[in-house]
Amino acid sequence: MSELQIRSEKDIVTSRSQGRKLAAELGFSAVEQARITAAISELARNIYKYAGSGTICIHSEQDIRRIGIFITAKDDGPGIENLQEALQDGYTTGGGLGRGLPGVKRLMDNFDITSSPQEGTCVKVAKYRIVKTTSVFRI
Amino acid sequence: MRIPILKLHNYLLISIQIDLDDQTAIQFQEDLLNKIHQSGATGVVIDLTSVDIIDSFIAKVLGDVVTMSDLMGAKVVLTGIQPAVAVTLIDLGIHLNEVTTALDLEQGLIKLRQELEE
Repeated sequence: MSELQIRSEKDIVTSRSQGRKLAAELGFSAVEQARITAAISELARNIYKYAGSGTICIHSEQDIRRIGIFITAKDDGPGIENLQEALQDGYTTGGGLGRGLPGVKRLMDNFDITSSPQEGTCVKVAKYRIVKTTSVFRI
Repeated sequence: MRIPILKLHNYLLISIQIDLDDQTAIQFQEDLLNKIHQSGATGVVIDLTSVDIIDSFIAKVLGDVVTMSDLMGAKVVLTGIQPAVAVTLIDLGIHLNEVTTALDLEQGLIKLRQELEE
């Protein structure tokens, strides 16, 4: 489990290269690695741009069936005023493309977001890879 | 970090070989426009073969630089977009519809020549 502080633009690059490294180690395909890396990049950029600072946690879990990579992006920023709109394509308050959050949702398998002015914003995403298993049952 | 811009006859050639951070991308945008202005180049090829991630910000910077160059009278072709990058861009909802692309540098130069001679 690694926790990365996001305070500058450089940290965005650092967080995504860490994510790519872990995704590669876990055996994700090149396309899935790129998806995971792009998602981390969007999440880290959101932290930097809207909250100023925060953290990105990346970790993995494995069970018999699948390997998962989990990313948690957390900040103590002002929160997202209108979550429904922020999750729609083309909506932006920051002069960007408005592709960030809806894009991340499409890039990953799981997407969970909580946001409030008191507690900031927390986005949890995950991507899974099915592990080819031989039969786990033995007689 | 500065991205080198090479001049070849009337063209400018750029190969991006680093993991682009925001500052480098913005700097590149400025450098390219200045170089077009100085050199009077009519065509630009930006090769992305070594780029393995484009997020929404970098995509915006690249899309903008194509439009900006166009305003200045230089045609830009993006080349060598990796399969994984193409998939990611579409997931992000970025289609780069107005941008001319080509498979590799060679195809890019051919395309540029065709468009400029028309």
